[in-house]
Amino acid sequence: MKQQKKWYDYLWIASLTYLILGFFNILFAWLGLLCFFIPLLISIAKGNKAYCNKYCGRGQLFALAGGRFGLSRKKDIPKWMRSNYFRYGFLTFFFAMFFLMLWNTYLVFAGAKNLKMAVTLLWTFRVPWHWAYHGTWLSDGVAQFAFGFYSVMLTSTILGLITMVLFKPRSWCVYCPMGTMTQLICKARNVTLSQKIKK
Amino acid sequence: MPKRKATISARECVACGCCVKVCPKSAITVPKGICAEVNKALCIGCGKCAKECPASIIKMEVTEP
Ligand code: SF4
Ligand code: SF4
Ligand code: SF4
Repeated sequence: MKQQKKWYDYLWIASLTYLILGFFNILFAWLGLLCFFIPLLISIAKGNKAYCNKYCGRGQLFALAGGRFGLSRKKDIPKWMRSNYFRYGFLTFFFAMFFLMLWNTYLVFAGAKNLKMAVTLLWTFRVPWHWAYHGTWLSDGVAQFAFGFYSVMLTSTILGLITMVLFKPRSWCVYCPMGTMTQLICKARNVTLSQKIKK
Repeated sequence: MPKRKATISARECVACGCCVKVCPKSAITVPKGICAEVNKALCIGCGKCAKECPASIIKMEVTEP
């Protein structure tokens, strides 16, 4: 018996579209903020990981590519990668890089730096991406944020694809910063909840 | 043969819900987003969840007395 497919089982299409749109117009990268705030809001407001468990299109994309299309070795992930040290360490690193990106965006907003029309992959490799920028009537910082955010999204997709091929389809979910963070929020919420009940 | 059922190592679960999606009996839930839980009464021991779990922390164990 197969479980009935729901509308949200097709959100992988949205994730894929997002990645493709960034090739044509970088400003679409702003949409990625949705998969940043929605999981956080759900975990803060509802105290669960419904985003991961149901709606996350990226997870579905990996499940499809690695499962249906067989692009995964389906091997166990090494133990250190699922340890909390690695997960929290990666979360910290990811956010450090994220704030660095925000800082750079701020510098462009403030006019201290010029807009860099490039996407930085794996925090190291700068790939020219000027074809996806057609100018904006807003500040250059708006575009800088788009380039920065798209870099984050593409980098995490690449990492996810690598671990998908090496290990299980959704190996990315083990160390996904959003997944780790929402789980932490849920844990924190439930600690306070159980304390309230005890009182 | 004694029946095997899915057993989750709660401490290591990342609550991604991959197991929930593949369970044919809807025996798994992720209450409160902390870790997954198997309803042993529903589980038929097919092992699909154990295969799917990206952290590989679901074991099929004999739980019947
Ligand atoms: S862990 Fe990350 S990639 Fe996996 S379902 Fe959750 S948000 Fe999506
Ligand atoms: S072993 Fe099969 S029936 Fe049991 S929880 Fe896992 S997927 Fe569901
Ligand atoms: S697939 Fe594994 S890590 Fe993910 S919720 Fe289920 S038991 Fe936890």
